[in-house]
Amino acid sequence: MPSEYFIPDPEGRTPSAEGYFGAFGGKFIPEALVAAVDEVAVEFDKAKSDPEFARELDDLLVNYTGRPSALTEVPRFAEHAGGARVFLKREDLNHTGSHKINNVLGQALLTKRMGKTRVIAETGAGQHGVATATACALFGLDCTIYMGEIDTERQALNVARMRMLGAEVIAVKSGSRTLKDAINEAFRDWVANVDRTHYLFGTVAGPHPFPAMVRDFHRVIGVEARRQILERAGRLPDAAVACVGGGSNAIGLFHAFIPDTGVRLIGCEPAGHGIETGEHAATLTAGEPGILHGSRSYVLQDEEGQITEPYSISAGLDYPGIGPEHAFLKDSGRGEYRAVTDDAAMRALRLLSRTEGIIPAIESAHALAGALEIGRELGKDGLLVVNLSGRGDKDMDTAARYFNLYDTDATVAADAAGESAEIEGDAK
Amino acid sequence: MSGNIELLDRTLAAAKAEGRSALIAYLPAGFPTVDGGIEAIKAAFDGGADVVEVGLPHSDPVLDGPVIQTADDIALRGGVKIADVMRTVRAAHEATGKPVLVMTYWNPIDRYGVERFTAELAEAGGAGCILPDLPVQESARWREHAAKHDLATVFVVAPSSKDERLATITAAGSGFVYAASLMGVTGTRASVGAQAQNLVERTRATTDLPVCVGLGVSDARQAAEVAGFADGVIVGSAFVQRMLDAADEAAGVAAVRALASELAEGVRGHA
Repeated sequence: MPSEYFIPDPEGRTPSAEGYFGAFGGKFIPEALVAAVDEVAVEFDKAKSDPEFARELDDLLVNYTGRPSALTEVPRFAEHAGGARVFLKREDLNHTGSHKINNVLGQALLTKRMGKTRVIAETGAGQHGVATATACALFGLDCTIYMGEIDTERQALNVARMRMLGAEVIAVKSGSRTLKDAINEAFRDWVANVDRTHYLFGTVAGPHPFPAMVRDFHRVIGVEARRQILERAGRLPDAAVACVGGGSNAIGLFHAFIPDTGVRLIGCEPAGHGIETGEHAATLTAGEPGILHGSRSYVLQDEEGQITEPYSISAGLDYPGIGPEHAFLKDSGRGEYRAVTDDAAMRALRLLSRTEGIIPAIESAHALAGALEIGRELGKDGLLVVNLSGRGDKDMDTAARYFNLYDTDATVAADAAGESAEIEGDAK
Repeated sequence: MSGNIELLDRTLAAAKAEGRSALIAYLPAGFPTVDGGIEAIKAAFDGGADVVEVGLPHSDPVLDGPVIQTADDIALRGGVKIADVMRTVRAAHEATGKPVLVMTYWNPIDRYGVERFTAELAEAGGAGCILPDLPVQESARWREHAAKHDLATVFVVAPSSKDERLATITAAGSGFVYAASLMGVTGTRASVGAQAQNLVERTRATTDLPVCVGLGVSDARQAAEVAGFADGVIVGSAFVQRMLDAADEAAGVAAVRALASELAEGVRGHA
């Protein structure tokens, strides 16, 4: 019986055998990792055609993760989006609170098949780290998570969750002390310990086969959403919208819609304090082709190929690279990418919380802010599916500081000002 | 203007003719300053290095341990540019007449332009490049331009490399083969394992190129041990560490010269 939830690209459109999506992708890795990366590719190919693998993963995705995830219409939020109909794909309701678990369970099963006993991973917001620590607890694997020191501070709750789950969390103090540096350190660990260690990479970047493999584990998001929106709205959406850091939740939502040429695929990148300030992580908007972490894609870099330090209020999007398939979708024109500032994302976070009782992750709030814009552009006949990739519990400290929620006296005033600004904005 | 691959070949052949291993030193450009870095390289040659690899500092040195990461940070904060790397190569080669290579991650060359980089490196008197994160299957364009400018393409092989792949790599490389002594990033180690010797033997079975061993070697005793089975001994972090430990630039340069002298004894079998 074919798998219901593990649904790799059935057409094998991309990538090429060498791991290229058009001009992007490939395998730019040190020789010491070639054998290990090849082993992952071989094992994944075997798994794709092994009904036992699909059965095991399906069972986990249903009975452990809680798939399928809901598709929730959000009419009160949509009033602020030009009256378009907006549906949220609720990856926040998955076990561990984000889409990351889809990929983690798949790769954890592969780890066991390869006979490896230790897993390492990078994490930005901590969601991939928590999902990885969770799978390692479930399968009895040793687990080390690398996390930029700045991120361990702004996502302290997730550090505690990982440690509770038995993982070792290493705060990375080099470079910009964020996601990029966590990946560097994880690669250093992998080179030294590759015999017994699998690097459970968390996004659709990195050397081939990771961009294709991580995508295939997340394809279920779009496959479900496509079926659900047809049932609920009776037609395909005008656009599928998702936030983009490395790009895993976005490719997961987009991929099943790629053949539906009437569906726009819109990725929302972090504009931080604004593209013009230079303090952003909008790789496709402001980057240039280059090589980072094992593949060719767009990269934030200077004229001599030094990677520049990204910035976003969202730890999960604070990354100067992007998965190569997104670079391909951008250059081919199939995907559209726009940049959303910290402020716009935070306003969208509060708006969804207050209109629908759903507190989104700051990452996902970038997609929501994009949806508000796109909805206004489309008007009341518009129909959007937005990936709510994660829940906002982990971001409460950042949000409380941003909205001044810790000071009880100030709260009332800040609150009232915020509300009226939003309503004014909406009236325009 | 053509590059100095021939000088590199001749230098390594001369060491072999003397019945010893060559000593290859690594130092990053711009560390601690561009001029200080040039002095350190000249001191390494003066102490007995046969070949020097000039590191092109990178923002994301994924294959380097903390010592070289620190040096790269210092160099980049000092504003080192590719033009400074070229100036370093030129100064080091002109002052000594010895072969000077560049060791770099791939993205800086990719961004700068392969054609421009190879032309400038040859013009500066460089002998070639070591490209540790450019796998052989992605290297065709680089090799075409390197060959045009008489620059060596030095590939890295690792203990995990399978025999078939070793043959592919060594067939595409020139100058020498860089055999990583162990699985890991750069940095000094207490011992260089038996897997280094095994890798050298497996590599030799595929090529006539000299096989030089790097990663982990820090003193004359280890250099002598590696010299027992390899055509060259590559030392990087130990030099950088001496510079980092020194009270000032002059002391650092003197420490580099002293270490090079000790290692030069080592590669001649005197530990």
